[in-house]
Amino acid sequence: MKFKLPNPGLDDRIPSHERLEILEKEETDGRPKWDNKTQYMLTCVGFCVGLGNVWRFPYLCQKYGGGAFMIPFLILLVLEGIPLLHLEFAIGQRLRKGSLGVWTAIHPYLGGVGISAMCVSFLVSLYYNTIIAWVMWYFFNSFQDPLPWSQCPLNDNRTEMHQSWTRVAESYVEECDKSSPVDYFWYRTTLNSSTNIDDSGSIQWWLLLCLLCAWTVLYVCCIRGIETTGKAVYVTSTLPFVVLTIFLIRGLTLKGSVDGIIFLFTPNAKLSNPETWLNAGAQVLYSFSLAFGGLISFSSYNSVHNNCEQDAVTISLINGFTSVYAATVIYSIIGFRATERFDDCNDRNILSLTNTFNLPERNITADNYDEFLHKLNLTYPEVIKDLNLETCNLNALLSEGVEGTGLAFIVFTEAITKMPVSPLWAILFFIMLFCLGLSSMFGNIEGVLVPLQDLNVFPKSWPKEALTGITCLGSFLIALIFIQGSGNYWLALFDEFAGSIPLLIIAFCEMVGVVYIYGIDRTYLKQQKGAATGYGCDGKILAGDLKHSRKKAMPMYSGGWKGVMLGCQNRCRDLLRCRGLVDETQRMEGAHLKTPEMYPTELNPDCCLADKLERPHCG
Amino acid sequence: MLARVLLALSLVPALALALCQPDGQDAYKVRLSIKTALGANAYEWNESEQFLFRATLAFAMRKYTGQETFNVSSVIVCNETPRVSFWFVVTNPNDTTTLIPKNGVEEAIRLSRNRINSAFLLSDKTLQFVGIPPTLAPPSQPSLPVWLIVFGVVMGIVTAGILALIISGFIQRKKKEKTIEDEEEKQERIMENGISFETLEGKDGVNNGAYSHDEDRLTQL
Repeated sequence: MKFKLPNPGLDDRIPSHERLEILEKEETDGRPKWDNKTQYMLTCVGFCVGLGNVWRFPYLCQKYGGGAFMIPFLILLVLEGIPLLHLEFAIGQRLRKGSLGVWTAIHPYLGGVGISAMCVSFLVSLYYNTIIAWVMWYFFNSFQDPLPWSQCPLNDNRTEMHQSWTRVAESYVEECDKSSPVDYFWYRTTLNSSTNIDDSGSIQWWLLLCLLCAWTVLYVCCIRGIETTGKAVYVTSTLPFVVLTIFLIRGLTLKGSVDGIIFLFTPNAKLSNPETWLNAGAQVLYSFSLAFGGLISFSSYNSVHNNCEQDAVTISLINGFTSVYAATVIYSIIGFRATERFDDCNDRNILSLTNTFNLPERNITADNYDEFLHKLNLTYPEVIKDLNLETCNLNALLSEGVEGTGLAFIVFTEAITKMPVSPLWAILFFIMLFCLGLSSMFGNIEGVLVPLQDLNVFPKSWPKEALTGITCLGSFLIALIFIQGSGNYWLALFDEFAGSIPLLIIAFCEMVGVVYIYGIDRTYLKQQKGAATGYGCDGKILAGDLKHSRKKAMPMYSGGWKGVMLGCQNRCRDLLRCRGLVDETQRMEGAHLKTPEMYPTELNPDCCLADKLERPHCG
Repeated sequence: MLARVLLALSLVPALALALCQPDGQDAYKVRLSIKTALGANAYEWNESEQFLFRATLAFAMRKYTGQETFNVSSVIVCNETPRVSFWFVVTNPNDTTTLIPKNGVEEAIRLSRNRINSAFLLSDKTLQFVGIPPTLAPPSQPSLPVWLIVFGVVMGIVTAGILALIISGFIQRKKKEKTIEDEEEKQERIMENGISFETLEGKDGVNNGAYSHDEDRLTQL
């Protein structure tokens, strides 16, 4: 008998199996339902597969040794990801309530877990949608050739009209000159970042418009809950995979892409390094969007007999596959970029040498560069020193591991500018990021709205559209802190503290709550068998099969003596009715069985084993 | 006489060379990257090309100053390298011993830069005048930034969607309320002695046991 904390009154708080059957047949719930299984799967996949799969996993993979990182990641996916996912799906499907309702049902004192999940969902959705706003800004700016981040803007004092021609001072903006066009576009043109978090700066009006756009798009998709979300996910969950495939095909035709992929997957770290395992575990936990409450909510709209274990395995595998797939695509493009930079570096050095020593063009190539340099160094060491030639190292360029916004808005955008037909690739890339982010936001918003409804914060008479609208508007107003000058520092702060430790604690509490307070036996077996409890006149119930069915019946009712007795009485009644031993005139609910003395001995209803302990005459 | 002429003639190139000094005050360095620009179609740099260069530069000076006295001989070239780079100076056509100052030459080149480039099928980057940075074309600024246009389109679609969904939701709710009202009205009519229809067991009526004949109680005839 597994350890379980005493939890009286549990059965009063949760819908019993009979109730579930009735709900299943008559659909008197009033709860929303998924139109079909595909919508549910796409929504869950969309929630789990997010921006982290694209810009966190490839970085970790590369940092901890590529192929070697995969092993801890896959092991922990199976050991950590699937069980936790299964737990959330099971609890939602069985208890048919959102995150808050589920925990109060298990035990009233556990309600705090639901509220903290709601708070985390709220804080994360605030800054997550700001990232989507940034993505939209880049998307809007991708519809021009040349792309605005491919060159530095010119200085203000550009024009001096001289007769018929315009003299343009080729002083690029100084900041841009010192860093790079992509850096300038991100830090100055987009964020207009101030120097530190204390210096708030002003609200950047262009980001305000993008943030407004992001929240209205979210509103239109979530306006009626899963009724509208379920339609939106057909696009937002499938488009990223299409775009990734297009990028993979394009990437593989570019020079240097294969080097990037090889670099990504070459194992170069020891498995015994604990940091590798820790990071793999953290990535699995955060990647699965557990402990937000959204998954519990989505699962509660499922049919009672849905096989949630299979769903958990499927979604985990899809999530793992997407991480690896996205890493391959990203690194094929990064390999291309690193090779381009390497070639540029070499070209600059060669040009430097050619110009200084007035050698004919094409004499020095990448192959004989070292030879030439050595020769020239022997004869003119001073001149060579003054030239300040750069050292070009392809591996160093490849291991410029960048993650997060740096990867998307600096490294990848630079790579795109080097590809032909850049605007097209930019548009595709940012649409993909937008869809990834938006589908994750659906889950976050669900994790906020449903607990708000359960807490009765809004009057019940208000329509769902109004609830969603008020939540989105409130979140938009609070998110204004992220679009002032110091916005990206605030965002980093929120990301660091709201989206990490709290999730860990909530996940831990979920585990403890379900395993020890709800009862792992109950969960496991009941989910295994679904809600079927074998009512009705089954041929197997006849005496010949009694032993077989007895064994099946017994374990189901392990939740307290009351449940056992109730179950037994029902089962016995059915058995006895089949045998014509129940008083036919009293057909309505609550019929009393005949007294134990009346039980015919040949029936031997062991199903009343529990009864035996109280009433030894039974059987 | 002949000797003096010969001496004078021999001095001219020497004088010319003396005028053209690398790093001279009024000299400019030119660097051509023909192979980089044209690849397989690159032409060989020879005396004729050099002649063309001097002629083009003379043309630039003519255009800038308006004086039609500049000639190919006004442009003196020295220090040619296999890189294809050389120094040149421009002499004053009126007085061949003085040079046109640096600024004048620069302005002239800037004015006709495009023509000079085209003569050699090169660009600002591949025909380099060291010390004269290329003039950049001002970028075309549309009246409305592109991103605002895209933003407007997206917001328009989204707002239309929101309005459509809210209005359709509103209409649906009104319809549902109406049908519920209708159903309640229908239900109210079916009452029997104040008791709602559903509690009675069907329209056929109920067998009242009190009036059923219990055969056993009566004695049989």
